[in-house]
Amino acid sequence: MDKKVQNHEGCCTDDNLSGAYSGQQEIVIQPSMPAPVQDEVCCGAPPGPESNPFERPGYVLQRFVKDFVDTPVGPVPSIKTDLDRNDLFGKMAVRWGIHRDNYKVAPGLYCVGTPDQNAPVLVTANYKLTFDVFRKELGSIHAWILVLDTRGINVWCAAGKDLFSTTEVIQRVQLTGLAKIVRHRQLILPQLAATGVSAHRVKKASGFKVIWGPIRAKDINYFLKNDLNADDSMRRVTFAFRERLGLVPVELSHLVKPSLWVLLAIFLASGIGSHIFSVGVAWTRGLMATAAYAAGILAGALAAPALLPWIPVRSFALKGTITGFICGIGVILIFHAALQFWEVLALVFGTTAISSYLAMNFTGSTPFTSPSGVEKEMRKAIPLQALAVLIAAVSWIGSAFAK
Amino acid sequence: MEKFRYLPGVSTLELDVQACVGCGMCEIVCPHGVFLLENSKAKICDLDGCMECGACAKNCPTSAIRVTPGVGCANYIIQTWIKGKDAASCDSVECC
Ligand code: SF4
Ligand code: SF4
Repeated sequence: MDKKVQNHEGCCTDDNLSGAYSGQQEIVIQPSMPAPVQDEVCCGAPPGPESNPFERPGYVLQRFVKDFVDTPVGPVPSIKTDLDRNDLFGKMAVRWGIHRDNYKVAPGLYCVGTPDQNAPVLVTANYKLTFDVFRKELGSIHAWILVLDTRGINVWCAAGKDLFSTTEVIQRVQLTGLAKIVRHRQLILPQLAATGVSAHRVKKASGFKVIWGPIRAKDINYFLKNDLNADDSMRRVTFAFRERLGLVPVELSHLVKPSLWVLLAIFLASGIGSHIFSVGVAWTRGLMATAAYAAGILAGALAAPALLPWIPVRSFALKGTITGFICGIGVILIFHAALQFWEVLALVFGTTAISSYLAMNFTGSTPFTSPSGVEKEMRKAIPLQALAVLIAAVSWIGSAFAK
Repeated sequence: MEKFRYLPGVSTLELDVQACVGCGMCEIVCPHGVFLLENSKAKICDLDGCMECGACAKNCPTSAIRVTPGVGCANYIIQTWIKGKDAASCDSVECC
């Protein structure tokens, strides 16, 4: 009984749990005694699998980690090279702008296969999409993978923003203790990181020589087999139809919020007339103007990017003007019975201006537009776009008074 | 990338052939094949293909290349006009 009393007073002692619940009966509960199997199940479903042996308190074990390999600087996660449903779902969501700014993996050292001291070190960004695209190509490779902290931004954009930078490479090499893991002194970086990383500075500060790998992850196998040489075509950026279309959803998702304001303005402008304001008129005319606005978006954010190389002018604003004008005519053909001259003018100008502006904004997504060029075309295009919107608004509202 | 051409005659790219030591780095890093090495000297062979990304200048060990690097993004440039160069950022633009 002495023991029991002790336990009630010094309840924090963990060396002896027995008797903590003791009343009259002497039940001794051992610390690790499993619950009897035949016990009533408290709630429905059977329990899930046992915890993964690699789980650690306070950490989340990533699904893409297969196991851990021991190295002189501690265990390094070995990653899977196939994507599962979660990865694909995440990719879809990101394409539509969901969770886009927080889709990343922890920076640091990873590996694929069973790399040794002589295995190559591949460097990449910590944007989860980039990481996924990359590891998918590494099925037959044994390599170390150094993931930089690029704040969840892809290689090209991170390099442009100085996040995939000389200092980040140098720091990450030091933080991970890479020099203790590999015997050689070489890092393979994606070529598009060259905008942010100065190879000779990295060499000077860290002793590691930067080798510029191919631009696209799918060429990395060839590159490694070919004694770290890339063909010319692997060193050139492309902007294929599929790549361009992949950017369309994100462009569209940016338009949702401003569009609400535009629609409100359209509704208000459409209802004004000699009767001051009529909700009925606002609705019928507003619908036509909304169709023109939608056509402008379609022309500028979908048609112009998709048809980019085939529209025979170089300025993006002009490309959008062409697609916008054509779509504007399309809208007119649909509603022509209900429209008079000034309304036709308004809708065509409106559609064209919106399309031109959106196509111009697409310059930010392309890998070949120079800032000097973009600025040059903007100085000419923006005043004209503004003028076109003004003409559209004035003739749209004015035509209501002419009726 | 012959299929994609942007406005001609605007790039700020300049090469100081005197300072070039012919290491070939610019030829490797340029994503548009703007440089070619000829007789151990770099040469600009496609100026209008340059998108002013700055990779060549950053990786030239003798600083023989000069270019005003930047992002060719209309949205970003609008911000620099409104807020000035320092306040503008891609973060609120989400271009990439
Ligand atoms: S700035 Fe970029 S695109 Fe222009 S030459 Fe240099 S590396 Fe090539
Ligand atoms: S990187 Fe500089 S030194 Fe090397 S070849 Fe090009 S211009 Fe010449």
